[in-house]
Amino acid sequence: MANSLFEEKLNTDGFLVTTEIGPPKGADVSEMVHHIDLLKDKVDAINVTDNQSSVMRFPSLGGCLLVRECGGEPIIQITCRDRNRLAIQADLLLAYSRGIKNVLCLTGDSVDVGDHKEAKPVFDLDSVQLLRMAREMESGKDMGGSELRGVPQFCLGASVHPEADFIEPQLIKFEKKVAAGAQFFQTQGIFDIASLRRFMQYASQFNVKILAGIIVLSSARMARYMNDNVPGIIVSQAIIDELADVEKGKGLQRGIEIAARLIKTVKEEKLCHGVHIMAVGNESVVPDILEVGELISMPG
Amino acid sequence: MEEIRRVIAPYERILLLGCGTCMTVCGAGGEHEVSFLHSALRVAQARSSDGIHSFLEYTVKRQCDFEFLDLLVDKVNEADAILSLGCGIGVQVLAERFPDVPVLPGVNTSFMGMTKEWGVWDERCAACGDCRLAETAGICPITRCTKGILNGPCAGTKNGKCEANKDMDCAWVLIYKRLEKLQQLEKMRRYYPPRNFRVIPRPRRIVIKADVEQGEDNG
Repeated sequence: MANSLFEEKLNTDGFLVTTEIGPPKGADVSEMVHHIDLLKDKVDAINVTDNQSSVMRFPSLGGCLLVRECGGEPIIQITCRDRNRLAIQADLLLAYSRGIKNVLCLTGDSVDVGDHKEAKPVFDLDSVQLLRMAREMESGKDMGGSELRGVPQFCLGASVHPEADFIEPQLIKFEKKVAAGAQFFQTQGIFDIASLRRFMQYASQFNVKILAGIIVLSSARMARYMNDNVPGIIVSQAIIDELADVEKGKGLQRGIEIAARLIKTVKEEKLCHGVHIMAVGNESVVPDILEVGELISMPG
Repeated sequence: MEEIRRVIAPYERILLLGCGTCMTVCGAGGEHEVSFLHSALRVAQARSSDGIHSFLEYTVKRQCDFEFLDLLVDKVNEADAILSLGCGIGVQVLAERFPDVPVLPGVNTSFMGMTKEWGVWDERCAACGDCRLAETAGICPITRCTKGILNGPCAGTKNGKCEANKDMDCAWVLIYKRLEKLQQLEKMRRYYPPRNFRVIPRPRRIVIKADVEQGEDNG
């Protein structure tokens, strides 16, 4: 079967824009469908998160099916926290059979940060092993060594944390992910362009596409909360100060401006191959960010 | 305490049984704790006036060996139930040795640990049967990383601590630093495949034939 649309675009020099949608807690998908319709033609692909922050939600696979139904290009997020190798391989087969070929391979947040703290953490695999497993399936065999009837083919992605406060072990892991077959990376949220520049100086030696993660903040309070509670997020003090320095009710607007500014810098300096916008609950403002960031021009 | 009172409720004569080995060392179920629990149960019983238990306390050298349990027969015959302050193994060996007597757990066995300082124990080994310590500078990622992952840290590590608990060191930061000091960072660059959970299938049993035969010869 042909490459995914997103993979075709990865192979060009174009500036890529992806975003993500958090599925609902519940079976009412109307808001998610609304967000998909709003975004599908404005971005190159839409991620659907997988029980993000270990909070139980409608599944990524289900969300990706909806993205397909709506005519969008999905990236399924798969974490290793909730499913063992059998379940993940089965999900990968289902995804591929329904035209979902882009897979973001993640370890997954700890169960302890979520809303089912007493659940059994699985972690049968880690992100590197998950990447390898997907590549093995492409060779026509499952992990148990049995032959697959109907062989899938994926476009595999992973994450990397350029602003980690202790970067060296993260870079070792990044290189393992590259070796395991990751074609693209979505970084954790970037707030300090200097550390992204440093990371890209190093990462440009690898033949992978890197999309800078852009998180849309809506208040200084949210930024502090994320610093304290959300794994892998380090919002710089400068950004927190900038958010604190606005009138009440204008926080989100400032957050949009900050996100758009980061996007413009990434694009103008040709720092990365694109951006991945994470609006965390504010998906409806993504078009505004794209407009302020001069990635699209809005009609009228 | 409430949990213990609940499990012993149906029984009148309770044998409070400590264990003189590991449980004594970790201050969870030795002679001292048995005596303390005995007093606490009597006080609780007097206060609530709903209990009619009689208690006998004793601490055996090791609950996990039949030969030590054989010495208990007379005491067990006098009891309606045994409340074991041994680990989960002690409880189960007692149950196997005394099939007619209910055996109740008096502690929630948590892990195999080391004494960090008096009163502080840290888990160090999950007895997984597939030891990685040669590759991880003697620091176990299975027990000390909350996710037990094998190929390096997740992105949740911050200030050298774990995303699951800010007081807990990130195992992979410790491993990296020690491998660096030992000039063995190439061990971290290697790919480690998924764990083999069938190294010893559950429930696990180890048979060392040579020792068994030798044991038979000797005795």
